Amino acid sequence: MNLGQAIIEALESLRSNKLRSGLTILGIVIGVAAVIAMLAVGQGAQDSITGSISGIGTNLLFVFEGNTSFNVSNPKPITISDAEALLDPFQAPSVADVSGAITGQVEVVFGSEQKNTSVVGITPNYQTMRSFDLIEGSFITDDNLYGNASVVVLGNDVVNKLFGRQEGVVGEMVRINGSPFRVIGVLGKKGGGSFGSQDDIVLVPFTTAQSRLIRNTNRDELDVMLVQATSADAVMSASDEVSQILRTRHRTNLGEDDFTVFSQQDFVSTAQSITGVLTIFLGGIAAISLLVGGIGIMNIMLVSVTERTREIGLRKALGARRRDILTQFLTESSLLSMIGGLIGIALGFLIAVIVGRIAQASGTPFTPSVSLNSVLMATIFSTAVGLFFGIYPANRAAGLEPVEALRYE
Amino acid sequence: MPDCIIQAHGVTKTYQMGEVQVNALAGVDLCINRGEVVSIMGPSGSGKSTLMNILGCLDHPTEGSYTLDGEEVAHLRDDQLAGIRNRKVGFIFQNFNLLPRQTAIANVELPMRYAGITEGRKERAIEALKLVGLGDRLTHRPAELSGGQQQRVAIARSLVNDPAIIMADEPTGNLDSRSGKEIMELLLKLNSERGTTLIIVTHDSNVSAQTQRVIRLKDGLVEVAA
Repeated sequence: MNLGQAIIEALESLRSNKLRSGLTILGIVIGVAAVIAMLAVGQGAQDSITGSISGIGTNLLFVFEGNTSFNVSNPKPITISDAEALLDPFQAPSVADVSGAITGQVEVVFGSEQKNTSVVGITPNYQTMRSFDLIEGSFITDDNLYGNASVVVLGNDVVNKLFGRQEGVVGEMVRINGSPFRVIGVLGKKGGGSFGSQDDIVLVPFTTAQSRLIRNTNRDELDVMLVQATSADAVMSASDEVSQILRTRHRTNLGEDDFTVFSQQDFVSTAQSITGVLTIFLGGIAAISLLVGGIGIMNIMLVSVTERTREIGLRKALGARRRDILTQFLTESSLLSMIGGLIGIALGFLIAVIVGRIAQASGTPFTPSVSLNSVLMATIFSTAVGLFFGIYPANRAAGLEPVEALRYE
Repeated sequence: MPDCIIQAHGVTKTYQMGEVQVNALAGVDLCINRGEVVSIMGPSGSGKSTLMNILGCLDHPTEGSYTLDGEEVAHLRDDQLAGIRNRKVGFIFQNFNLLPRQTAIANVELPMRYAGITEGRKERAIEALKLVGLGDRLTHRPAELSGGQQQRVAIARSLVNDPAIIMADEPTGNLDSRSGKEIMELLLKLNSERGTTLIIVTHDSNVSAQTQRVIRLKDGLVEVAA
């Protein structure tokens, strides 16, 4: 008996019991759809997080004080002179630009609205390094910086909260920790929010922040230093050069760096490993429902074997070998799960799209992506489930004694 | 020396029913000639179903030897027995045992499928159905056929692989007397035209009267073998 015939016959048999076949298939459909949708959502979350990290800027390194792997006694702070030293084109040829920043928490007030947010004291080159877009006004200039000017560029969320609009804000006066600041620009929306909000911030000139908003003991001290490499390929060598220069300047012992250089890629891989775990977790839960669907197949196939005992006996009397009966029942169970798998893929795709729409509508732009891999995996896995859970019933059918089976009522 | 297509020697069959051992067959010696029409009769419990199962290669004898068409089959494995059944034995059952969802043609094709025949199956099935007088019912399903017609489909199915013997278990048992008579006529006609050996297990003395020889079983033994 060849496979084509087996399939035709199996289809006929499944069609003769439409409701039962349909319900069995439904179990697999739900399992596969859940797997596909969950993997798609996980992948989408990953894409969105990596996307927002890339949105921070291009080819950036972040330098922090201290070391995450062990405690360093007396870590020296990163200072403005450290930043200047990194601009040396001979010692650090891979470094394109350096910008230091200090950060703190402030309260911003306009009229009766107030918002607690992060303030970042910056230099003008910060804009290009972080690829900030302005929807209105201008960025902080050198004049602002040297003049200790009381000017502020507002992040998108802050503008929305304080003014309830995004335009016609430039020129207004807001109070930051009680002192008046003039709004000179409004940042465009960067999105993300998964890696610290990039919209819930206000930017002021570095000098202003240092003298009026953030009280540091050391006036030279930076909270974070941004280093831009000349190209994507130069990020690694830039990182080495930065570490080398800082080691020399901070006179650290070998292997005891009192600073940490983090590249965007580091953030991306950290985020990826987190979302990876999330995806596996979601997929694992979904896989359980696929397993339950498989048990459903086994159940139905067992019922079907009992119901068709006489038929099996007859087929054996007419010369069907063990293998023929085995093939017949395995074909049926694999077809059940394969059809379920195909419908499940379509449904899972649909669910992924709907989740994407809902996320979009609720203001978290993120697109679940169904990968070819997960589709292939779901198809193979669901068919395998059918085969696996069909083996026991099929074996039982094939092992029936023809005499007993023919006598069965 | 008669040409025995079926030759059984000391065939016994013992069932274990819980604690009790039941000797369904207690040593049957039997020779059935090629082309013969034989009926097997006996009260219920005499072992005639067991004998038919063993003669039809559906079951193994506990002891003894059994040669079918020159092949010793008593100790073959299950799948080998399936092959023997497929090629050498045609079965006709009391309750027809057709596949309910399949057409007459598909039902008749079934033994050829298990024989691995792929070419000309449909033609042979149609030919067999015409032979039993169902040339106009080819695509009907069992539910659309009368009992007599269903049994004709079963007959067509039993002879489509050109078997050495046809085993019929109460072939007229579920039929009214008129179609029962027609079925017997058809079976006898096939025997005389094609020379197929025919073994009929029956209660009905009208049926056994039409056969050339009656084998009576009692308590697992052949009572009269003429």
